[in-house]
Amino acid sequence: MNKSVLIGCFFVVMTFISCAQKSDNDLKTPAITTISAELLVEGLQIPWGMAFLPDGSLLITEKSGEMIHFKNGSKTTLRNVPAVYNRGQGGLLDIELHPDYEQNGWIYFSYASEAGEEKGGHTAIARAKLEGSSLVDVEVLYKATPNTTKGQHFGSRLEFDDNGYLYFSIGERGERDVNPQDITRDGGKVYRINDDGSIPQDNPFVNETGAKGAIYTYGNRNPQGMIKHPGTGAIWIHEHGPRGGDEINIVEKGANYGWPILTYGINYSGTPITDKTEMEGMTQPIHYWVPSIAPSGMAFVTSDVYSDWKGNLLVGSLSFQYLERLVLEGTKVTYREKLLENIGRVRNVRQGPDGFVYVAVEGKGIYKLVPKE
Amino acid sequence: MKPFIVLYLALLACFSVFIYQDNDFEASKVRGARIYSDFCITCHMPNGVGVEQTYPPLAKSDYLLNNRTASIRGIKFGQRGPMVVNGKPYDNTMMPLGLDPQEIADVMNYITTSWGNENIKMVTAEEVADVNPR
Repeated sequence: MNKSVLIGCFFVVMTFISCAQKSDNDLKTPAITTISAELLVEGLQIPWGMAFLPDGSLLITEKSGEMIHFKNGSKTTLRNVPAVYNRGQGGLLDIELHPDYEQNGWIYFSYASEAGEEKGGHTAIARAKLEGSSLVDVEVLYKATPNTTKGQHFGSRLEFDDNGYLYFSIGERGERDVNPQDITRDGGKVYRINDDGSIPQDNPFVNETGAKGAIYTYGNRNPQGMIKHPGTGAIWIHEHGPRGGDEINIVEKGANYGWPILTYGINYSGTPITDKTEMEGMTQPIHYWVPSIAPSGMAFVTSDVYSDWKGNLLVGSLSFQYLERLVLEGTKVTYREKLLENIGRVRNVRQGPDGFVYVAVEGKGIYKLVPKE
Repeated sequence: MKPFIVLYLALLACFSVFIYQDNDFEASKVRGARIYSDFCITCHMPNGVGVEQTYPPLAKSDYLLNNRTASIRGIKFGQRGPMVVNGKPYDNTMMPLGLDPQEIADVMNYITTSWGNENIKMVTAEEVADVNPR
């Protein structure tokens, strides 16, 4: 066999491989819808976060700063919620219960806060307990600095792992060339703290001079999805890219995800940010979206409520206004499907303790996904 | 000679008003461009064309150019529900952005004079402050 035939074969094989990759990454719209979306909580503006209490009621955060307790079909606005910096993408953000909530009653939440000397705001993490219709024992566990009046990239999502560590994300606050690659500065990071706000002594940068000890990963842009993998216990995130280049990343101790040195996206203006998509010492995403779907909220399906969804990952799309279902083989995305087409800006998705999936849509409310008969 | 001097001073006063307003207008547009790239660009895009069926255009937008007060109201208090822009329907939600009246005036001055849009009357912080929720 001569060389040109070999090269010819090589090209045929490569073409098949590249076609296969492309089709894997295509978004499919199913011909038959197997679920219906029932509006459970109506009249919400930007329902940023939600947490299910053991009694089946629901805590909902509105970006504007209201924390709502939805119980037996009615909404109560809780008192004594810290003031939020409601500007641009900032406001009251995510909410999460302590894994031992039934014993200790701790509720964790993230928000944009003006606390501090500089004008503007930055992301804060706090915990509190619910007493009647009021928050009590409010403790601020982390406050990023310095404040800025910029409107972008506060993050933020919260998640506990199996060892009781609390992870949270803070976006790079519109300062991509200043914050994400600098571990002495807040923003563009995933953090890990103990449930009381103290910093674990085995965090990756605790012994580095000047570094923020709570930082667990860096080189992130603006993660607004975070979920514990039900099998491995690893923390998964997704993050907004610029124009193109939204990513799913698996949180690894001390990892650098490369923003803005690496990206699969470009500037909003269409000009390039970098020509690099990979580099030694920087961690690759397990999946990226071009064009950007503007992902927010993330959930693994672990229940048997839906016939063929178990183990799938669900991600909300703000810009294209649908819910994406991703089928995985290990850490590889093998199939992508569009659900709830044109439902509105999907801000959040969670699986409830009843095994059903709940989807929060801006300007509408919270939907429960019910399988069709 | 006296009427001439009076006329001269009056004209000078008029011109200086125009010139200063012009400077204010230009400075406001520059500040507005920064606000735009901070708060608006991700949805309405760098060239103001928006995203078809999702985010309405600002460039050559009949809604923006014919509805000055409603546009200010939308930025100040948020905009929700069905609207028609350049003959195409949109049904989405824009939340209030947390901008102060001067910042809203600045971004209005930028978007109403960019991408082929024309506006000769500067939006002021006072004008923004007078706009109430409907």
